[in-house]
Amino acid sequence: MRIARLAFAYLASRPLLTALNASMLALGVATIAFLLLVTHQAEERLTRDAKPVDLVIGAKGSPVQLILSTVFHADIPTGNIGVEEARAAVANPMVASATPVALGDSFRGHRIVGTDASFLDLYGAKLARGALFADEMQAVIGSEVARRHGLAVGATITGSHGLAQAGPAHDEHPYVVSGLLAPTGTVIDRLVVTSVESVWHVHEHHPAARPEITALLVRYSTPLAAAMLPRSINATTAMQAASPAYESARLLDLIGVGVDTLQWFAIVLMASAALSLFIALTSALQERRYDLALLRTLGASPASLAALTLAEGVTLLVTGVILGLALGHGAAHALGLRLAGAGSWPITGLTWAPGEAVLAVAVLAIGALTCLVPAIQAYFSDPASLLAKR
Amino acid sequence: MLEIRGLRHDYAGRTVLSVPAWEVAHGDACLVLGPSGSGKTTLLNVIAGLATPTAGSVRVAGEEVTRLPPAQRDAFRARRIGLVLQTLHLIGVVSVRENLRLAQRLAGRQVDDARIDEVLAGLGIAKLAGARAGEISVGEAQRVAVARAVVNRPSLILADEPTSALDDANCAKALALLLEHAAACGATLLVATHDNRIRERFARRLEL
Ligand SMILES: Nc1ncnc2c1ncn2[C@@H]1O[C@H](COP(=O)(O)OP(=O)(O)OP(=O)(O)O)[C@@H](O)[C@H]1O
Ligand SMILES: [Mg+2]
Repeated sequence: MRIARLAFAYLASRPLLTALNASMLALGVATIAFLLLVTHQAEERLTRDAKPVDLVIGAKGSPVQLILSTVFHADIPTGNIGVEEARAAVANPMVASATPVALGDSFRGHRIVGTDASFLDLYGAKLARGALFADEMQAVIGSEVARRHGLAVGATITGSHGLAQAGPAHDEHPYVVSGLLAPTGTVIDRLVVTSVESVWHVHEHHPAARPEITALLVRYSTPLAAAMLPRSINATTAMQAASPAYESARLLDLIGVGVDTLQWFAIVLMASAALSLFIALTSALQERRYDLALLRTLGASPASLAALTLAEGVTLLVTGVILGLALGHGAAHALGLRLAGAGSWPITGLTWAPGEAVLAVAVLAIGALTCLVPAIQAYFSDPASLLAKR
Repeated sequence: MLEIRGLRHDYAGRTVLSVPAWEVAHGDACLVLGPSGSGKTTLLNVIAGLATPTAGSVRVAGEEVTRLPPAQRDAFRARRIGLVLQTLHLIGVVSVRENLRLAQRLAGRQVDDARIDEVLAGLGIAKLAGARAGEISVGEAQRVAVARAVVNRPSLILADEPTSALDDANCAKALALLLEHAAACGATLLVATHDNRIRERFARRLEL
């Protein structure tokens, strides 16, 4: 239709204003899309990683730190607990399984977890190649570890102390990769898994004396356990019991406050974009009221003049939204690439967050409403009075 | 062709136009004369169906323009009436050709580039087809405005002050263009003006 072409011609006749308007809109949309993407993926990741573990029993300290270190492998542990003491605490029919984890070292940013075969079951991990660690100083590695460092069965890796990549190395105690795990989409993809004994060996513990681990990861056999087990452990032992679900929800709440603030910022950004769109359309309308009157004399209906004005606004809107989504996804992807090096949260821009459709529709709807006012003005402009005035 | 009966137009209770009876035959060229504010533009707007008169009737080619519902009135104007406005009013952001195409499309016709080329050539501005309408000279715009008025082969051409801003030489040229092209498409021509230089060119006149 000619009207659409005319709308393009009007937009193209003031490229700077058009570009500024589209950019302003795009910035608002990009900010919200970015926040949606990052929070959605972080949330999904947190819940997915926390889900297999009902309760963590570890040394007293901050419960968030205990969960972060033993479930998300993103912090240093709160301390150690005695194996026997811990086993005693979970000798309870309400406990379906208790998996030990002994932490301390990492391989190029990937946590080395001393545990047993039940750890793999927690995350539903299967061997893709090779065998489970049978002997001391054997380890299986997650799919991300293998992919990123090009490791195959038989490769040797050395751990360094702590989580940082630059910690003091344990060169004298290399691990041999005995197997590779298939991808699971959980935290285990980014871990090196070995036996508790191997971790003890590296740190020259004396298993005979008082063997210690970082924590026990517990699965309940009944939901009732949630009401009783943590309380009794926290009250009667020197250890602490913390729930991954609860602590990660608290963590998300904390993040949420920051996200809310940014979201308000983005909304203000978009409101000003809508306002500038309104001003641009209204002033454009003022500028070309003679054009509109002329189109009426040529036979254009009032509705098609309104459509012309609306088409102009909607073209700007759609451009802004598409640009904004591309920008938001690009930013999320860039963040993901930056974080990938640190071996922490995998974030990508190549996916959609659930809120994005709502965002796009809301922006388009509010924007269209904004354009409606000038469109209605165009509809009711009187060509005769315009042409009579000089 | 044009038949006016008991026409009156008021603005806020003030009568600015009153034409008891007036007729123009098919193919005639007529002048509407009057001082500024006498209602010339108002008369053309009423004839074109751009304004609804307070009282009276206007028939164009047998059609009672004032009684048509708005949509049909727009369509009728687009197909049967060519307008040349004093300020010319081309759409500046698109090409000359696109201006004429718009006139064709808005009249509900297919775009006919051959007709556009023919009209532009007839006015001696064939080479302007691709130029942006906002960037051509006033004299050229004058011709484009005439081209746009005749491109749909209207049966009535209404021209509002087509010469009052022009010097003597250009005034004569513009008028010749209008008369010639109205005759070429067999249209009735109505020119409203307060420009006394051109009154002798028209046999028929309406003094307001
Ligand atoms: N939209 C309007 N509202 C109120 N009054 C109007 C309107 N349009 C025109 N008028 C008045 O109607 C009268 C006739 O106006 P019109 O434009 O028809 O005069 P004209 O003969 O074309 O004048 P000119 O030679 O200056 O173009 C003038 O007094 C004008 O002020
Ligand atoms: Mg006038």
